[in-house]
Amino acid sequence: MGKFAIVGTNERKVDGRALTTGQPVFVGDIPPRQGLLHLALLHSPHAHAEIKAIDTSRAEALEGVALVLTHLNTPAVRYTTAGQGHPEPSPYDARMFDTKVRFVGDRVAAVAADSEEIARLACELIDVEYDILQPVLSLEEALADGAPVIHDEGDALDVWAAERNCASHVVASAGDVEVGFPECDAVVDVTCETHYAQHVPIENHIATTYLDEDDRLVIVSSTQVPFHVRRIVARVIDVPVHRIRVVKPRIGGGFGVKQEVLIEDLPALVTMRTGRPAVLEYDRAQEFVSSRTRHPMRVRVKLGAKRDGLLHAIEMEVWSNTGAYGTHGLTVLSNVGSKTLPLYNKAPHVRFWGEAYYTNLPVGGAYRGYGATQGYFALETAIDRLAAELGMDALELRRRNHIRSGETSPIFAALGEGREGVEQTITSCELESCIGIGADHIDWTAKRGRRRQEGDWVYGVGMSIHMQGSGIPLIDMGAASLKMNDDGSFNLSVGATDLGTGSDTILGQIAAEVLGVPLEKIIVRSSDTDLTPFDVGAYASSTTYVSGMAVQRAAHDVAEQIKSVAAEMLKVAPSEVELTNERAGPPEGDSVSLSQVAHRSLYGENQRQIGALASCVPELSPPPFLASFAEVRVDVVTGKVEVVDFIAAVDCGTAINPQLAEGQVEGAVVNGIGYALIEEMVFDRTGRCRTTDLGRYKIPSIIDVPPLEVVLVESFEPTGPMGAKSISEIGINAPIPAIANAIHDATGIWLTETPFTAERVWRALNGQES
Amino acid sequence: MIIRFQLDGTSMRIDVEPGTTLLEALRGVGATSVKDGCSHGDCGTCAVLLDGRAVAACLLFAAQVDGSSIETVAGMAGEEGLHPLQSALLDAGAVQCGFCTPGILLTAVELLKNNPTPNELEVRQALAGNLCRCTGYVKIVEGVLLGADRLAGAAGGS
Repeated sequence: MGKFAIVGTNERKVDGRALTTGQPVFVGDIPPRQGLLHLALLHSPHAHAEIKAIDTSRAEALEGVALVLTHLNTPAVRYTTAGQGHPEPSPYDARMFDTKVRFVGDRVAAVAADSEEIARLACELIDVEYDILQPVLSLEEALADGAPVIHDEGDALDVWAAERNCASHVVASAGDVEVGFPECDAVVDVTCETHYAQHVPIENHIATTYLDEDDRLVIVSSTQVPFHVRRIVARVIDVPVHRIRVVKPRIGGGFGVKQEVLIEDLPALVTMRTGRPAVLEYDRAQEFVSSRTRHPMRVRVKLGAKRDGLLHAIEMEVWSNTGAYGTHGLTVLSNVGSKTLPLYNKAPHVRFWGEAYYTNLPVGGAYRGYGATQGYFALETAIDRLAAELGMDALELRRRNHIRSGETSPIFAALGEGREGVEQTITSCELESCIGIGADHIDWTAKRGRRRQEGDWVYGVGMSIHMQGSGIPLIDMGAASLKMNDDGSFNLSVGATDLGTGSDTILGQIAAEVLGVPLEKIIVRSSDTDLTPFDVGAYASSTTYVSGMAVQRAAHDVAEQIKSVAAEMLKVAPSEVELTNERAGPPEGDSVSLSQVAHRSLYGENQRQIGALASCVPELSPPPFLASFAEVRVDVVTGKVEVVDFIAAVDCGTAINPQLAEGQVEGAVVNGIGYALIEEMVFDRTGRCRTTDLGRYKIPSIIDVPPLEVVLVESFEPTGPMGAKSISEIGINAPIPAIANAIHDATGIWLTETPFTAERVWRALNGQES
Repeated sequence: MIIRFQLDGTSMRIDVEPGTTLLEALRGVGATSVKDGCSHGDCGTCAVLLDGRAVAACLLFAAQVDGSSIETVAGMAGEEGLHPLQSALLDAGAVQCGFCTPGILLTAVELLKNNPTPNELEVRQALAGNLCRCTGYVKIVEGVLLGADRLAGAAGGS
């Protein structure tokens, strides 16, 4: 392991000054352009209906209305809003506007007007005649014989079995579970259900568009995937890619919901049709009603083990509710297994089966954790039940079975993301240390199984272990370019998309480390399709590992060029030259400053631009690992659950910026605690979302969060940049199983449905069904 | 209707509709450091200091601030650079996406004015109305406490 100067330090975020001083860096802060049109949307009031007729004449007649868009005057291109790489794994089952609406909140029409007020008023003047169809409002209803068919349009592509509302289907196996289970001494079979939740970035979706001086369409959007926005919008509104520029300024959180190409097509089309700039900004209610959600799921896990506690057979079956459209339906479904099953690699017999079903409810999408969150609830509570069945400590059972460095799992190759995976052997894993640190912190041995009581409160401790991935192997790609300036500073351009995570900062740190300069000498620009090289964007925990490797490669290339110029100047061999403290030269002897090197290359002899462009397509996806421990107390009278203490110990390889890495886990864990205990989208009997503001959909506030300890347990991932793996998603998987297992330790009840509200726990304590 | 107020020390005279919120009016005159997270008073993102008190700009009509003084984060940094609280939040790693940061900074300014040496619980109580989805709040608490230390140190030294 090398010793680093810049990597591994808590550098201030490169955008920190702008953010804390309130500079106009978000999409909504951009001063309005002359003639700006404001868009408002008319959403479907019905969960399932055909649009028989639509009359926009009254809206169009309203003064200040420039354009009304409906299915009658927009392209009928089938596409997916998922915002993934190409070829896209999600079914092409959506249109800008369709003749059918499939959930309350689906698009019916859009109005572009001189003000938002006029646009909203005009929406109310659109007359729509619906033929109301029977809605499908749950997984049960979707699975029922003779269920209404939601996607009967006939021209959708890559829907697995539309006639039975099945959007996607995945199977994978290793060994033979039919042989394996009968050979087991203990078997448990658990089915768990997870609920609808929303990402709630504090900044809502917003995109603004205009034609630049060269008549090109500029889209400024709060997006995680600028290059996918460009490709997808180009196809949907039929404008060539070369005429579109997508810019992502600072964005106010994403968590996956801004991977979706949810709104950019509308202002883009308005600008192309009218020549005027346009803006569409969701309000908070629209984020719940008409955005994207976490796929609710039913996950069944059957585990079998030998008497010594070694797992012998694992079966996982998944029924996912993808909502009205299949965005991320296939890939989230795959990840329920692919990001969980390899963790227990001792079992020779493994089977995974899953299907995603359409319902007339809001649309599932990418959400931090991406299926693993749902899978770990069932898997990690099943592990605790198996331990109870075997009469073994749950921690010890995990220790005997989890994957370790130098080991592999057949699931890596059998199950990828929407297709087969990639074989890999684990080359860094400090999970054992993570478990030890967490157990010590929570005082596992002293507290587990004690069921301490204080008044109406009973206390318990629970744990869970996790893995995720680092990007999507052989699919994801990140690129970086780097050029040297006169004064020995560098412009680093990356397509990678900083959605608030600090990726601009850590990518700058990687470049600074290689070049031997302080971070302030790296000027980072990201996410502008005209000015930065390609990157798939910020998703799948890819940026540090994939984009970081591209940056490291570009920096190494530039470093070699600098060494060669410095060697000419110093009359030494390039191989003798090292870069440190903004100087180049042999470790002993004369050196030249980087600005001298730059001056020579730009103005002196043998002139050329020192610079490089590099790409990374990862062959592997080395998992980060995490062990979490929760202490909870349950009020046996009311069922209220409180987390008293929570620790997450994480192996993310080298932490490029430990403070930012901790922040990723802290944020993910608190989001996970919210999902476990309080956050829930609730629907009425017509499929209308009732939790449409932050008063009714509660996310954790600063007084709701328990004492939270995050420990980074460093390892060195040899395939990663500076030894790094990913960190951003894994933490969100931990709270549900760790808290569920702690509730069992406290009360003896197994919860199988989220969220663990007081009512649900009270019912379970009193022997009633939830 | 015409209203007059001080915005970060500058005299403002603007024409607003009676129904215009303070948030709309401020962003309308380019004070975009004041963010809009929910428009309903649930998230604290639009907090500004109204005559020194932190308020949700989305819950006030612009007309209500006629004759008052409004402070935003845009006015916090001095000639010599960032305000100690701004630096402290950055040093603590309390800024991720930064969208909630202006509201948190201003609420913390109010807290430290009334209570220069708060404990952790007091920081949490003061910021209970400021939602953040990125950080898990750990480093926000650390940042405010660090800022309080630095401000107290500076005050003690003078």
